[in-house]
Amino acid sequence: MALSNDEVLAGLAEIINEDTGIAPESVQTDKSFTDDLDIDSITMMTVVVKAEEKFGVTIPDEEVKNLKTVGDAVSYISGAQS
Amino acid sequence: MSAISPAPALQQAQGARGSRILGLGAARGDLVVGNDDIVGPIDSSDEWIQQRTGVRTRRRAPHGVEAVDLAEQASREAIAAAGIRADQLGAVLVSTISNVAVTPSLAADLAGRIGATPAPAWDIGAACAGYTYAVAQADALVRAGAAEYVLVVGAEKLSQFARPTDRTISFLLADGAGAAVIGPSDEAGISASVWGSDGTKWGLVGMEGTFTQFRDGAIEWPLMRQDGPSVYRWAVYEMVKVARRALEVAGVRADQLAAFVPHQANMRIVSQLAKELELPESVIIADDITTTGNTSAASIPLATHRLLQEHPELSGGLSLQIGFGAGLVFGAQVVRLP
Repeated sequence: MALSNDEVLAGLAEIINEDTGIAPESVQTDKSFTDDLDIDSITMMTVVVKAEEKFGVTIPDEEVKNLKTVGDAVSYISGAQS
Repeated sequence: MSAISPAPALQQAQGARGSRILGLGAARGDLVVGNDDIVGPIDSSDEWIQQRTGVRTRRRAPHGVEAVDLAEQASREAIAAAGIRADQLGAVLVSTISNVAVTPSLAADLAGRIGATPAPAWDIGAACAGYTYAVAQADALVRAGAAEYVLVVGAEKLSQFARPTDRTISFLLADGAGAAVIGPSDEAGISASVWGSDGTKWGLVGMEGTFTQFRDGAIEWPLMRQDGPSVYRWAVYEMVKVARRALEVAGVRADQLAAFVPHQANMRIVSQLAKELELPESVIIADDITTTGNTSAASIPLATHRLLQEHPELSGGLSLQIGFGAGLVFGAQVVRLP
């Protein structure tokens, strides 16, 4: 069964915390990966690969460029699950 | 009609039971180029480059010094370290993307310079995986009886393809050559290689522009560029599978390695690969990129040479080496350190 948006957000926050040490509560849907969370394009690829494994989805390289905010990623993953 | 007499049996070569690296050599460009020397045109800082790549300095060769000059210096050291004469070489293999002529080969020039004539000599165009491709070929040549000793070289002058304003790869590029002599051995010193290519990702890293465009005046000069994030994703998460497979076919566990020497592309790739492989702390991880920069085909032998200088106790231990780069191409094997 597909996870809810809140569950995807919590899972993403966990991945980001493991890879960068950023507090999970800082990972909110309105946050920009680069400007607010200081996640660069290289670290973003690690987050994407871990998210693929965790949520069982595929996120192609060309889609990663469109994931500007945490909310973008949550929407994409939720959409890809259903 | 006369009967056709049966064809005589052919004789096929029989090679050595095993092969191994007998000696290594290294040559780096004489110029030590710091981050502060190159940050201006890319509007960056020493901190930004170190954080993104781990590189503090890169070694570059001055005008007039070409890849073949660096190759000659490294080769002479490797041949001496192996304890053989150049005229005993049965083949000279050079991996390079820096030869200043499309033909003839850098390998033939090198063979002539070091006194290896008339050994067969050829270049390999496998970019950053080229040294591992050459090691795979040398191992096969020695064990097939096609050559007793093979000189394997990675030689690059990548600074000639660096664009001062490029923020994707140019600030990593460096000049150097690494050489190895591979010869017969009673025990296995080079595992089966796991190697391949993925041409569907041809455009991710490499030359921007062609010599035809240069001739027609469409570009100033073909220069290097890459899609950094996509290359990173492939170099870590696809190459970790290749590295695991190389250990498997070698029959070796990660905790039995003495060293891990991935292509020195970027320290973040090196570190993340090591992390994903869950290497124990006992395995020494090559970090020559931090002071040498990215020398493509030369980076694995250069990093290995440095590890053995800094940790002579590694001699005789096993090293997992993996090259990956433009093509895309990749190659990995476990070798016994000389």
